[in-house]
Amino acid sequence: MAHFEKANNLNEWLDQRIGLNTLKRVLNTEYWIPKDINFLWAMGMVLAATFGILVVSGIFLLMYYKPDTNLAFDSVNYTIMSEVGYGWLWRHIHGIGASIVFLVIYIHMFTGIYYGSYKRGRELIWLSGMGLFVAFSAEAFSGYMLPWGQMSYWAGMVITNLFSGGSLEAYGLVEWIRGDYVPGDAYLTRFFMLHVFLIPLVIIGLIVLHFGSLRLPHVNNQEGADIDFEEAAELYKAGKVKESKVIPFSPVFLSKDIFVMGVYFVLFFYLVFYNFNFAMDPVNFDPADGLKTPAHIYPEWYFLWSYEILRPFSKDVGLIAFGIAQAALFFLPFIDRSPNVAPAHKRGLFQIWFWVLLVDMIVLTAMGKLPPTDPVFAFIGLVSAVLFLLMGPALFIITLFEKKLEKGA
Amino acid sequence: MGNEQKGRRDFMGLGLGLFTAAGGIGALYAMKRTWDPLPSVKAAGFTTIDLSVAKPNELIVEKWRGKPIFILKKTAEMKAHDRDIVIGSDRYHVSIGLCTHLGCIPAYQKDNHEFFCACHGGKFDASGVNEPGLPPPSPLEIPPYKIAGTKLILGESGPEYKQMLDAGLTV
Repeated sequence: MAHFEKANNLNEWLDQRIGLNTLKRVLNTEYWIPKDINFLWAMGMVLAATFGILVVSGIFLLMYYKPDTNLAFDSVNYTIMSEVGYGWLWRHIHGIGASIVFLVIYIHMFTGIYYGSYKRGRELIWLSGMGLFVAFSAEAFSGYMLPWGQMSYWAGMVITNLFSGGSLEAYGLVEWIRGDYVPGDAYLTRFFMLHVFLIPLVIIGLIVLHFGSLRLPHVNNQEGADIDFEEAAELYKAGKVKESKVIPFSPVFLSKDIFVMGVYFVLFFYLVFYNFNFAMDPVNFDPADGLKTPAHIYPEWYFLWSYEILRPFSKDVGLIAFGIAQAALFFLPFIDRSPNVAPAHKRGLFQIWFWVLLVDMIVLTAMGKLPPTDPVFAFIGLVSAVLFLLMGPALFIITLFEKKLEKGA
Repeated sequence: MGNEQKGRRDFMGLGLGLFTAAGGIGALYAMKRTWDPLPSVKAAGFTTIDLSVAKPNELIVEKWRGKPIFILKKTAEMKAHDRDIVIGSDRYHVSIGLCTHLGCIPAYQKDNHEFFCACHGGKFDASGVNEPGLPPPSPLEIPPYKIAGTKLILGESGPEYKQMLDAGLTV
């Protein structure tokens, strides 16, 4: 057994038993972050904080929600909304949080793409991040089922039908996923389990991996510069804080993060208290009815771009296009053949590619919201969907011929 | 470590590995079966509907296995189709009322004798055949049925249904 001396305080006592000081050093005070960053670098901690808020509000909703097709709708819309003290607050926080978390995820992703923070040692950060995107999507979808309104039911119907694989007609698989011929009680209860237990567990695991994969390659910086972190850290520790190119994660970087979070939460709670309706679809305030499809079905805004890739094609082609679109972003670090880790505005054609991708996804999002009947918008949707699918090969060709940048420029 | 001892350890490792793998496969099978539809859900899969109450060009929607069932008595001017269920001199279109694209319920438009799906703009004629060039890849499905007088038993496959199935008129 190791030799233990009498501890003088709690910190020492814990340090002897779980290496608290080493832990603090590795995770906080000597985890070095470059100075040359901007507010976009705070999105990671903004996401972590939003996830925390979703967990807390979810815990309180869980105390009154009933995962039963006969009770679910009223337990949300009557019990939680009008009987439970401040029940409305948790629901609106949870609804707004679920919507806004995707806005921040998209900003976080596009920041990574713009600054090339997904390659040369940072591939695993991108891959675990994409894993988180998928897990958050599954979490959002399963949560959307729970109020058991018309949109819950029909979104559940349409999305689970995707698993029939078009002409493969794998209806057995669809019925297996649902536990019924149509979404019913077994379906609601198993998606409840996924939403409150299994997927959150996966998300927490992926967050740990995401943070862990960041530790060795370090956070990228605005110029994509290769920083000698050891040398910079020595300077900082020697008191030459100004000359050093780095700051410690805690307390310095975190203080900046918390400032950005402050601004973010002003917006967040403005939405929660004054504009919560944007995350509450009016159609979902009708109870689920398996014999009546709502006149126009659309997903929440954050899924519209991929929905619009599915929609303009025939069934099989649409499914294949949809599948490619979902998987393609995972491969970004391997499609990009350029050796440069640099911001897009220094990478020539890549900059154009970046903005075309961003605008194309916004156009897809807008078209996905519109009813399928207008031929002009349907055509714009088709063109944007085809363009999205061409963006992968285009990136490969553009980056293959990209000139290597001189470092230190 | 002697050769004999190494062989013994390899054997024990292999034994433990196989035993664990067998248990793992068993557990996966149990998990798969737990997700299966319950027997009570499957047993409730038979419904009898009376066709004699249908009026021409008026859509009736019944429920079978939680899915809407379209029943449309055809008028004389509507085109006959091999997919029709014929009882005496009356022709009926009977189908599962879910769009073959992604499962929304199409609405029946009385004036142009057409089913229109609002989700992605699919169209089907009064025989349930999809209009080409639109998202739905196939005609509306005909549920397994058995004719009993003027009634249909849904969920059971009668000779007329099997004939349609063999002719590839439904899946």
